[in-house]
Amino acid sequence: MLRIVNGEVYDPINGINGEVRDICVQDGQIVADVDVTGGRTIDATGMVVMPGGVDMHCHIAGPKVNLARKMRPEDHRNDVMPRTPITRSGTGGSVPSTFTTGYRYAAMGYTTAFDAAVPPLAARHAHEEFNDTPVVDKGFFVLMGNNEFIMQRIAAKQHERARDYAAWLLQAAKGYAIKLVNPGGVELWKFGGNVHTLDDEVTGFGVTPRQIIQNLADVSKELGLPHPVHIHCNNLGIAGNWETTLETMKALDGRRAHLTHIQFHSYGGKPGGLFVSKAAELAEYVNAHSNLTVDVGQVMFGDTTSMTGDGPLGYLLYQVTGRKWANVDVETEEGCGIVPIEYKDKNHVHTTQWAIGLEWFLLINDPWRIALTTDHPNGASFMSYPRIIRLLMDREHRREMMKQVHPKALAKTHLPELDREYSLYEIAIITRAGPARLLGLKNKGHLGIGADADITIYDKDDDKEKMFACPRYVIKDGRILVEDGHLREDTYGRTFFVAPAYDPAIEADIREHFDKYYTIRFENYPVQLEHYLPRHQVVACSG
Amino acid sequence: MQVDNVVCAFCGCVCDDISVTVEAGRITQAKNACVLGKAWFLSHGQPSDRPAAMIDGQPADLDKAVDTAARFLAQARYPLIYGLSSTSCEAQRQAVALAEVLGGCIDCCTSVCHGPSGMALQGIGEPTCTLGEVKNRADLVIYWGSNPAESHPRHMARYAVTTKGMFIPRGRKDRTVVLIDVRPTPSARAADLFFQVKPGKDFELLWALRALVKGQVLDEVGLVGTGMTLAQLTDLAERMKRCRFGVLFLGQGLTQSRGKHLNTSAAFLLVRDLNSVTKFALVPMRGHGNVTGVDNVLGWQTGYPFGVNFSRGYPRFNPGEFTVVDVLSRGEADAALIVASDPVASLPGKARQRLTEVPTIALDTHESETTRIARVAFTTSTAGIHVEGTVYRMDNVPLHLRKVLPSPYSSDEEVLGRLLARVKELKPC
Repeated sequence: MLRIVNGEVYDPINGINGEVRDICVQDGQIVADVDVTGGRTIDATGMVVMPGGVDMHCHIAGPKVNLARKMRPEDHRNDVMPRTPITRSGTGGSVPSTFTTGYRYAAMGYTTAFDAAVPPLAARHAHEEFNDTPVVDKGFFVLMGNNEFIMQRIAAKQHERARDYAAWLLQAAKGYAIKLVNPGGVELWKFGGNVHTLDDEVTGFGVTPRQIIQNLADVSKELGLPHPVHIHCNNLGIAGNWETTLETMKALDGRRAHLTHIQFHSYGGKPGGLFVSKAAELAEYVNAHSNLTVDVGQVMFGDTTSMTGDGPLGYLLYQVTGRKWANVDVETEEGCGIVPIEYKDKNHVHTTQWAIGLEWFLLINDPWRIALTTDHPNGASFMSYPRIIRLLMDREHRREMMKQVHPKALAKTHLPELDREYSLYEIAIITRAGPARLLGLKNKGHLGIGADADITIYDKDDDKEKMFACPRYVIKDGRILVEDGHLREDTYGRTFFVAPAYDPAIEADIREHFDKYYTIRFENYPVQLEHYLPRHQVVACSG
Repeated sequence: MQVDNVVCAFCGCVCDDISVTVEAGRITQAKNACVLGKAWFLSHGQPSDRPAAMIDGQPADLDKAVDTAARFLAQARYPLIYGLSSTSCEAQRQAVALAEVLGGCIDCCTSVCHGPSGMALQGIGEPTCTLGEVKNRADLVIYWGSNPAESHPRHMARYAVTTKGMFIPRGRKDRTVVLIDVRPTPSARAADLFFQVKPGKDFELLWALRALVKGQVLDEVGLVGTGMTLAQLTDLAERMKRCRFGVLFLGQGLTQSRGKHLNTSAAFLLVRDLNSVTKFALVPMRGHGNVTGVDNVLGWQTGYPFGVNFSRGYPRFNPGEFTVVDVLSRGEADAALIVASDPVASLPGKARQRLTEVPTIALDTHESETTRIARVAFTTSTAGIHVEGTVYRMDNVPLHLRKVLPSPYSSDEEVLGRLLARVKELKPC
């Protein structure tokens, strides 16, 4: 039993904008009233109360994250977390170890995080890491945009079979949503190629990126998945790619879709040349089309690790940076690339990327349709969220930061003209209420009756970075885990997944596909629920 | 009773199509398994009369053995945990937790097999793929310093040579297979081209190949004593550039011969360079069934793949400082916990000697050189026969082990969990 009294509550899903009111908790949920005899009362006078943060797109578990950890000892060495009587030890840097990942999200007031790109063949690995990632609730998106079985079905005009297979695959992997990464391009990368437009043919399969995008957007809808198709567009990171992004938006033609790390897809200019911001043009389109939502993938200056399911992009970054490069092609499914990268404030391209991200935040009218992400760790670590919040809430601070970046690059963006400042209410939307709603998590991101009691309480501070970096209290499932900045208890959150229905007749086709092209047996593919997801929750599909 | 689709955890191939026959409480057949896999299933699938625990060679009560072992570990100033390559990830996770509480070192068999591949990854990166990509695409397959016919008997049939795949419809006919080794092994018979290189000359040849791939002109003189001629090497470089999808399988002939991580680095660089002209991948031929798993568990729990030290309360990594041979031969470790490995049979003399001088605790499914010298020895059940669990194939594909037989023994995971609990009592933080 817990009662939080006199806090200034920001709960946008329930329309509460800074009202002083009490929040009551019982058995891990928000309730109307509670008898706190034997329980606890937190006096939140002068404090800000919000739902726990929700990260809807990050890379925190699975094979490519772990390969990045193993590849970069230099990234961990100077950022360590010793063990305590309560918590496990670990290392940080841009790709923290699992324990450190969970604790750091929690200490920052985030209580839910979704990994954005897991190849289903390695789903078991992602779940194993989740079991060593404390505190946060989690789930992952399943990579399908280069899945050979799906491409073959689309080419054969067997949309229903592609749908049945996608449902089977989500169940087998215990995944949450359908993710596309450079659809068609990663398949071609397996022989060293790529696609460049939505209508390039994926050699050997007779489909185009456009068909993959449209089919899987439809599949997501038909299956009634809580989160729509989640798209990493073609041509990420290439000057001039905004046209591909716009074409993708148009190809969706009213279908619901989430376009991720949109910053990386908003570049004008000629391939190989400098980037020019096209955030304004794309934001205008998104503003006018309510079927589309985005998260930003903000770049922040410093050293980080690029890790992506987009294999050819990884190779491009290796060519640009000359740093170490890992690539993993995954049979019949996907690929990935990993390269360390340093974003420099005096670099023309990096300044443009930084500014484009901020432009997106400031140009999208409806905060419910844009989520705060860095595409952790691609644009920056999730640990930089408080700094981003300050940039959004504090115009003067933003102007100070603009003085430190590449002036010519900055001048070619709209950022210097944008005076908008986010309110606490809007911050609550882009960091918890919005992402929870976009993910279709009905008990997350709000403090209404019946919601999971994931609550973050901040000391008010004019320095918003300080305020959001160190919450006073973090409550997860009704338990006070962080108090005065210290972790008091170690817990393990739940894993969300979906279990959409499908016609079991598809299994014969899948089995044949396994016999021909996989190196593991069909029977050994699905993740064993009780073994790998000891604390799980199925999120219902509406289909 | 027949159980199908059983996963074999013996070698890094982790074949998952074994049909196991169980009769009267023992495994009598392991269909589809290779000679090594059959031996593994049949020998571990027999009843055993070994005591569950032994102290100083005498049968002991399990509780007493746990307490004695935990005391040895808790009293040590620099305990070492080593092995772990033939047990499940669930047990490996417990072992890392124990190392952390002890403030000791934890190392796995990687440090004496493919540690140099892990170090090449840290210096260069790694263009790699899962084995199904090899099956479906590879038209050029090179084994270097590896003898799969004897070490991974089904590797060529299941993944790399004779198997048919999406873009390799005719299987063996669509591929060129190259073997490079210091002696003609039984694997040479399966290769189109075999090159017998001189011991210790791998680095020179790899570096020369890099130069040739980059179009540089070499003369014959530099290759004298390598075992290969310029014409052979030029032909090989051309094949590498011309192929559509090439793969280089690296064996311990590269990782554990003179040069070690320099050899692997040269190989990784060669494969990286080849990606500017075609598609090329490399895959280390990991030996033990779950040695790849322990790299992964250490990776996600600590950030480092092997040779991890917890003396300061947080993970540190330094091959040569925190790795098994070094920690033992320098006489630093003052207690050792060996899990699912037999270092007394395999490590160099000085390291072996140290294990006999300090209190050594061993967990294994059967008697070994190490259990014989151990002050406390636990007999454990076998992951993949008696207990479920997770293993990672050499290409990092995770598979779930089935349980086909009951066992009177505790699993490694259970014994390690009990040791952890007892050490926590003895050594509060």
